[in-house]
Amino acid sequence: MVTTPLSVKMADVSVNLAEQVRELPPREAREVVFDVEDLTVSYGSNKALQDVSLEIYKNFVTAFIGPSGCGKSTFIRCFDRMNDLIPNAVVEGRILYHGVDLYGPDVDPVEVRKRIGMVFQKPNPFPKSIYDNVAFGPRVLGMDDHLDERVEKALQQAALWDEVKDRLKDGALGLSGGQQQRLCIARCLAVEPEVILMDEPASALDPIATTRIEDLMHELKREYTIVVVTHNMQQAARVADMTAFFSVTRGEEGQRTGILVEYDATSKIFTQPSDKRTEDYVTGRFG
Amino acid sequence: MATRVEAQQQPLRLRATRRRWGEDVVKVVLALCAFVSVATTVGIVVALFAPAFEFFGEISIVDFLTGRNWAPLFEPPSFGVLPLIAGTLLVTACAALVCIPFGLGSAIYLSEYAQPRTRKFLKPALEVLAGIPTVVYGYFALTFVTPLLQDLGLGVGVFSALAAGLVMGVMLLPTVASISEDSMSAVPRDLRDGAYALGSTRLHVSTLIVVPAAISGIIASFVLAISRAVGETMIVLIAAGGQPNWTWNPFEAVQTMTAFVAATGQGDVPTGSLEYKTIFAVGATLFVMTFFMNVIAIRLVRRFREVYE
Amino acid sequence: MSAAAGQLRRGRPRGLWTGRIFLGFLIVSLSIGFLTLGALLVQVFVEGYKWVDPVLFFEPPSADPLIAGARPAILATIYLGILLILFSVPLGVGTAIYLEEYADRDRWYNRMLEINIQNLAAVPSIVYGILGLAFLVRGIGLGRVLLAGALILTLLVLPTVIIAAREAIRAVPDSIRQGAYALGATKWQVVWRQVLPASIPGIATGSILALSRGLGETAPLLLVGALTYVSFNPTVLGDFTALPVQIYQWIARPQEEFRTLAAAGILVLLAILLTLNAFAIWLRNRYERRW
Repeated sequence: MVTTPLSVKMADVSVNLAEQVRELPPREAREVVFDVEDLTVSYGSNKALQDVSLEIYKNFVTAFIGPSGCGKSTFIRCFDRMNDLIPNAVVEGRILYHGVDLYGPDVDPVEVRKRIGMVFQKPNPFPKSIYDNVAFGPRVLGMDDHLDERVEKALQQAALWDEVKDRLKDGALGLSGGQQQRLCIARCLAVEPEVILMDEPASALDPIATTRIEDLMHELKREYTIVVVTHNMQQAARVADMTAFFSVTRGEEGQRTGILVEYDATSKIFTQPSDKRTEDYVTGRFG
Repeated sequence: MATRVEAQQQPLRLRATRRRWGEDVVKVVLALCAFVSVATTVGIVVALFAPAFEFFGEISIVDFLTGRNWAPLFEPPSFGVLPLIAGTLLVTACAALVCIPFGLGSAIYLSEYAQPRTRKFLKPALEVLAGIPTVVYGYFALTFVTPLLQDLGLGVGVFSALAAGLVMGVMLLPTVASISEDSMSAVPRDLRDGAYALGSTRLHVSTLIVVPAAISGIIASFVLAISRAVGETMIVLIAAGGQPNWTWNPFEAVQTMTAFVAATGQGDVPTGSLEYKTIFAVGATLFVMTFFMNVIAIRLVRRFREVYE
Repeated sequence: MSAAAGQLRRGRPRGLWTGRIFLGFLIVSLSIGFLTLGALLVQVFVEGYKWVDPVLFFEPPSADPLIAGARPAILATIYLGILLILFSVPLGVGTAIYLEEYADRDRWYNRMLEINIQNLAAVPSIVYGILGLAFLVRGIGLGRVLLAGALILTLLVLPTVIIAAREAIRAVPDSIRQGAYALGATKWQVVWRQVLPASIPGIATGSILALSRGLGETAPLLLVGALTYVSFNPTVLGDFTALPVQIYQWIARPQEEFRTLAAAGILVLLAILLTLNAFAIWLRNRYERRW
């Protein structure tokens, strides 16, 4: 157990944590949304991720942090079956979503993605109008009753409604980067998912836009369960309830494989990590 | 909010609510579209080689390929295809004399000498040459080039391999230029910069550095141009002649394989007759020649792309 | 010091004249193409412009050059163009979607498919004529009709359409597809609602250019039965001719007047093709997305 007072070394992190002392409910009171059991992901013969096990809890913000190449993006894409789109990706192990294995034989990826949405690192609005962007999901999923109301509600939840309500028919590509990302979040919310996955959602945005996204995460976690990948430790410290730290191991031939090092409440990860590798990472000694 | 909580409490089913037949149908329909191209190739092979085999059942293939007399309508008929092949090769050689050196020259200019602004304008302008219908080129060969050659005292008649070949060469110049220029543009700057830094002139760099580096793409353009010359019909039909002629003299009139097929195929030749089958025998020979050249050209372009892209 | 400075001073570089001669050769190379183009256009224009008149457009051909026109040929070319678009675009785009979005590249048959299309693009046009003669005209007995010409031209331009459509589809960034899949769209929904709409400008440009190529073809039509003397308006299932064929026929006639009539016909044909190409380029400039 490491007892060195890291708060001295990580001045701004501890300031953030002090501002938002989060009392997490005890383990028994948490509802498990995802139960990951020994997940291993390979692309062809490269093992990208090995033997990851953890639980994701409802209405929590869970962050995945770690150096580049440690498999965090690969991991988050397992939760909505997006790795299916990569031809030689192989997923072993189980991810139980409310007890149902996401990779079970009968499972339809479309149904999975209805309930588990994703926001990408670089905002990717469709080359259509703002309205049609948000309406796309409901339309293809057959939820096209009361479309106007659905669109408005989603844009409001994404804190974008006031800025675009008078120009819904304008092209989405004319929005700023931060607005585009909130549009992508609105698009995701319009299909009423339970979980929102975010793969480095603010890394392509300026600091002000980033702050708005982080505020949004705080808002949204009341209704949704959020999992976010970030390379920015301060961000994890600011928004996440639970944090998972991933790292890289090298095989005999030098291949890099990602592994889960430590998973705990954010405050613990940043102030009293159990593993030396975690401590090294959060104090900036490497990565 | 209440409704969402209730919905969550129902047993979770991640199976599709109904089997998505539509997706499977779509995939089949699209695969059928793709199948059309397969069917086309099969059709071409069958259409050419089935009657050709019948033909070679009656006429010895050796006589066909080595005979110097092509007279299928005479009594007795003779089926030596060499005059037609000679005609084709003669015209092709004349075309190559124009399109290979000057196509490559144009490509070198565009790639190594021209300003970007000039190139942007010249390259599409060159493409216009490639877009003119061949019947128009045939007209030009007959009404402009032939009299010109006659005025130059070259002793050509109304039809000649040279007139057709020269015009064909100009038509194919953009083919050579375009593909060669693409290849040369793909050669990395560093190669050139290194040579310039050593004090080389542009002439040195283009001919000794860039052209060898882009050589497989350049050769591919030559092969493709020759293949197109062999397969071209209208220019030779209009300007090269309609009588088979076993000669290597470009000033004489010749009939190419394509011209023969076009002339015979237009007429009301009785289906199944030996004469009818000559269309396919000659067509098959033509196809085999161009096929091999195309395979080589495509391979070269592939190999070139692998190196640089 | 002065010796070194002397070495750097610009003297006569070696090989100056070789360089100049080489550049001269390069410029001659370019000029040959453009001069020929110029001569061709001038020749055609000078010979033919007097004969581009209502007679050309509205009268049928005749043995008398003074009253001969190209009406049936022009109409047939228009009909062929319409049929060509109707047949080749769905088939070409369907094939392109299959190859880009559905086909597993590791399977041998899909790679064969790609190679096959590349080969078909290089097959001489007269071979397509032979194909049409064997299967359509004589084989299934369709006869020498406009439809046969349209079908054969479709097969001829199909590889070009496929290649152009593939480029357009490939240009659509993958992030768009990922975003659509992540929302729960099926593969066809992604293709139909996102990929295709985004690639329409590229597909349209490529199709029009392919069409323009097809309408200038003569050899396959000769074999498939474009007749040389058609005086009535064409119908889809009837005898037909086409503008390039009509031009060829006029060229082949001995009388001088028919040569000039051919030049007039060429002017019309070039005008049609120029309009099509200009339209395609305008489309591309106006609607092409820079991703």
